[in-house]
Amino acid sequence: MRFMLLFSRQGKLRLQKWYVPLGDQEKRRLGRELVQTILGRKAKMCSFLEWRDLKVVYKRYASLYFCCAIEEQDNELITLEVIHRYVELLDKYFGSVCELDIIFNFEKAYFILDEFLLGGEAQETSKKSVLKAIEQADQLQEVRAVSIEDLSLTAVVLS
Amino acid sequence: MPAVSKGDGMRGLAVFISDIRNCKSKEAEIKRINKELANIRSKFKGDKALDGYSKKKYVCKLLFIFLLGHDIDFGHMEAVNLLSSNKYTEKQIGYLFISVLVNSNSELIRLINNAIKNDLSSRNPTFMCLALHCIANVGSREMAEAFAGEIPRILVAGDTMDSVKQSAALCLLRLYKASPDLVLMGEWTSRVVHLLNDQHMGVVTAAISLITCLSQKNPDEFKTCVSLAVSRLSRIVSSASTDLQDYTYYFVPAPWLSCKLLRLLQCYPPPEDGAVKGRLVECLETILNKAQEPPKSKKVQHSNAKNAILFEAISLIIHYDSEPNLLVRACNQLGQFLQHRETNLRYLALESMCTLASSEFSHEAVKTHIETVINALKTERDVSVRQRAADLLYAMCDRSNAKQIVAEMLSYLETADYSIREEMVLKVAILAEKYAVDYSWYVDTILNLIRIAGDYVSEEVWYRVIQIVINRDDVQGYAAKTVFEALQAPACHENMVKVGGYILGEFGNLIAGDPRSSPLVQFNLLHSKFHLCSVPTRALLLSAYIKFINLFPETKATIQEVLRSDSQIRNSDVELQQRAVEYLKLSSIASTDVLATVLEEMPPFPERESSILAKLKKKKGPGVVPVSELEDGKREGGELNGGGDRGPDSAMSSTPSPSADLLGLRSAAPVSAAAPSAGSLLVDVFSESGAGGPAAAVNDDGFLRFVCKNNGVLFENQLLQIGIKSEYRQNLGELPGFSASAVPPLSVPSGLGDGDLNVQTKPVEPLVEGGAQVQQVLNIECITDFSEAPQLNIKFRYGGALQNITLKLPVTINKFFQPTEMAATDFFQRWKQLSQPQQEAQKIFKANHGMDTEVLKAKLLGLGTALLENVDPNPENYVCAGVVQTKSQQVGVLLRLEPNAQAQMYRLTLRSSKDTVSKRLCDLLAEQF
Repeated sequence: MRFMLLFSRQGKLRLQKWYVPLGDQEKRRLGRELVQTILGRKAKMCSFLEWRDLKVVYKRYASLYFCCAIEEQDNELITLEVIHRYVELLDKYFGSVCELDIIFNFEKAYFILDEFLLGGEAQETSKKSVLKAIEQADQLQEVRAVSIEDLSLTAVVLS
Repeated sequence: MPAVSKGDGMRGLAVFISDIRNCKSKEAEIKRINKELANIRSKFKGDKALDGYSKKKYVCKLLFIFLLGHDIDFGHMEAVNLLSSNKYTEKQIGYLFISVLVNSNSELIRLINNAIKNDLSSRNPTFMCLALHCIANVGSREMAEAFAGEIPRILVAGDTMDSVKQSAALCLLRLYKASPDLVLMGEWTSRVVHLLNDQHMGVVTAAISLITCLSQKNPDEFKTCVSLAVSRLSRIVSSASTDLQDYTYYFVPAPWLSCKLLRLLQCYPPPEDGAVKGRLVECLETILNKAQEPPKSKKVQHSNAKNAILFEAISLIIHYDSEPNLLVRACNQLGQFLQHRETNLRYLALESMCTLASSEFSHEAVKTHIETVINALKTERDVSVRQRAADLLYAMCDRSNAKQIVAEMLSYLETADYSIREEMVLKVAILAEKYAVDYSWYVDTILNLIRIAGDYVSEEVWYRVIQIVINRDDVQGYAAKTVFEALQAPACHENMVKVGGYILGEFGNLIAGDPRSSPLVQFNLLHSKFHLCSVPTRALLLSAYIKFINLFPETKATIQEVLRSDSQIRNSDVELQQRAVEYLKLSSIASTDVLATVLEEMPPFPERESSILAKLKKKKGPGVVPVSELEDGKREGGELNGGGDRGPDSAMSSTPSPSADLLGLRSAAPVSAAAPSAGSLLVDVFSESGAGGPAAAVNDDGFLRFVCKNNGVLFENQLLQIGIKSEYRQNLGELPGFSASAVPPLSVPSGLGDGDLNVQTKPVEPLVEGGAQVQQVLNIECITDFSEAPQLNIKFRYGGALQNITLKLPVTINKFFQPTEMAATDFFQRWKQLSQPQQEAQKIFKANHGMDTEVLKAKLLGLGTALLENVDPNPENYVCAGVVQTKSQQVGVLLRLEPNAQAQMYRLTLRSSKDTVSKRLCDLLAEQF
């Protein structure tokens, strides 16, 4: 996967994750262009399109569009389910997620994504494992992680 | 205020975000942001040391501002400070900031790398994962330098936690993609392959992405992954939907992993081991069978996951292209999807069928779906789906259905989306040409194209129709009649006027017998369009007029009057004015004979591959045009595609300057059409050099540059550069040719065609990295003298598309020269001995490269002969002697080059004991001076 964008129906970017090195200008330009392209498409149209030299897979959930740009050889349908799994993860974490959750807790949205996808590839597809990792991190908030002993204790408590 | 505030909830951040959201205008937003930036800056610069929480909060605000699309030029240092915090969330925010706002500031990179190093060695899995995520997110070269050695160790260490392994695998993948040279293969590689056997499904899922990428680049080293992947796949495919617990997704067992396993297998040919292959075929059959079973859930996620695996399996079947049974089953399955109610599935089925159409096993099966596909082209509501349908029609087209498909595409063009018209036009033009049985159909089709979508008909397309009409006399009369009729339309496209003007100028006489299309009627018809046309078209029409004067003397007076009118002869455009003046003069002073010679009918074009094809390839970029058409062209033996397949760069050569002179009557000196190389564009708009046969057209220039030298760059385009280094000893030559690619990755199995040479190649690595060089050594033995150079066919895949470049290897007969020193008496004695007419070859030609003595000497030495001083009585002349060493015989050669500085001409004489050698050398050398 080259990059993933989340944006609203008004075209506001809510999350952007780039898995290829690009300059800030280039990212903004690509993002703007792609958002316009997708917002210009009608509902019920195909979720896939060719865009520049990439394949784009997108899906709308309520007011948010989730959009992935993938490589020629990547699988479109499984990418749709990557999107869905990410939505499920957000949903489970926030409890019926809405756009506002992602706006106000944008850092969490990034953390969850990093647990699920890394470098553009699936790292962990199990919903339980991803959420466990995130919740563990949340528990660590105020725990001073000084030594491994402390940590493993927390882990024992959590499990 | 936030709807939800999970975790530690930074209140200040939430307030700030609310404020931004409440801004009514962009200006208000910027104002609020500037206020915040000033506040943060003062906090960071203030005397009071900030606590970790405040630092985290401000860094997070900066991040938010950056993500809104504003530039951030401070705060990096504070973020780096957070990395060494021992509070997890502070560290986490620090890493997030670094990941999003990478800064190439070297001082910071050092600090960041230090913090990462500490976390990696902390043996705290949570911290290790954070550090690995950061490396994977940034993926810079500096990070690769610092960690490319460490991460493989973490990945394969026995005591590494599963979650860390997962991160390490994908982190390494990112570094490998960004800086492959820094990730060194080693003992760890074999252990990575065995991660495919790992107990933990998450580890396998992460590791397989890495393994796939590494296998693509180093297939041999990772070969063992094939059998491991097959057995893993087989276990998943045969498992019940609940066996894999949380890795089952909507009743589909491990869809991500299954897809990746199938993708990994596509890096390799079918397994050689019968048992492994049997097991794999069984898996593929099971996957195809499952597609027919009733769904276990009505949810779209279930069918998507299931079909994702199915499509990946079909890709593998197509990749193997060796199991007719599976290919036909795949085709039938896709056929069902063509009528599925899900648009996504119809789209993918059309796309996948495109590749199936190029397999000989399934081509016929694909064709049975033609009606459905045509229907899709007409009725699909989404342009991207219609585009796929058009692609598929193009891919499934052959002689049996060409007329139907071309007709459907033409009628679709009338309503087609603007975005795809140009491509559709190219495709129609290519199909019409490739499968034309009678050329009147071809002419009709192209004229229809111009009528329907004239704006989208590029120069290549209308040049091509003219080229074909010129080359085929059976269609010329029909073409003249048809364009004449087409021009009757009150509003006809300018491209039609161009084609019409050209064809009537050449072949108007074929329809002049009919009083309805008498010469004057033809002329008036053309001239009625004149004033509506652009300058290049007008220039073309003027040339057509002068051709009329030659064809039909009765039109002379009328046309001269037109040429003489102020609007022509005083036209503000110099090109038009010049033509008017010259044509007028030519028609008044030249005798009929001279006129007839100058304005003779165009000679046939050298036949070669259509440049339209190259244009389409260029337009679509790699990977979209099915490879089949190249092979198809050969299989069907399309009469007009005579030339070899060409590299992607050839389209450029066929774009002439704006004032393209179609009749070859350019500038001051009107040249006879019989002298094709004199700068006229239409003579050969399809090739970069007028010389040489069609197959050699690709690199004759490059080739000829090597006659007198042994090293240099033979060929270069956007994708690769091919250089040559060569050494010759007697009848043996060694060419360690090197090729360097500019864009990754490509594989270069290359083939050589040889005749009187024995050419041996050493195999090369199948993959060339971007920017890397591979060397292929060719050993050549000259068996007997030869005139055709061996051809180098380079086939490689780039971005999924097969690229094919045919080059003449610069191996010429003179390379096998042994210089022979001799005195003047010896020379002339031998010269006289070789006095039979067939032993001598002579050419007189104009100097093309100046006549500098030193350059000439260098060239003659580079030729491989001995340059004999004080032999020729005239010191201006050069004489050389050498022996061509072949395995079967030795051929003595004498050469004499007589420059005439005044006339800037040379006379070149070669004498040798073998007539073919004299002739070949003479031909080669005549191009060199």
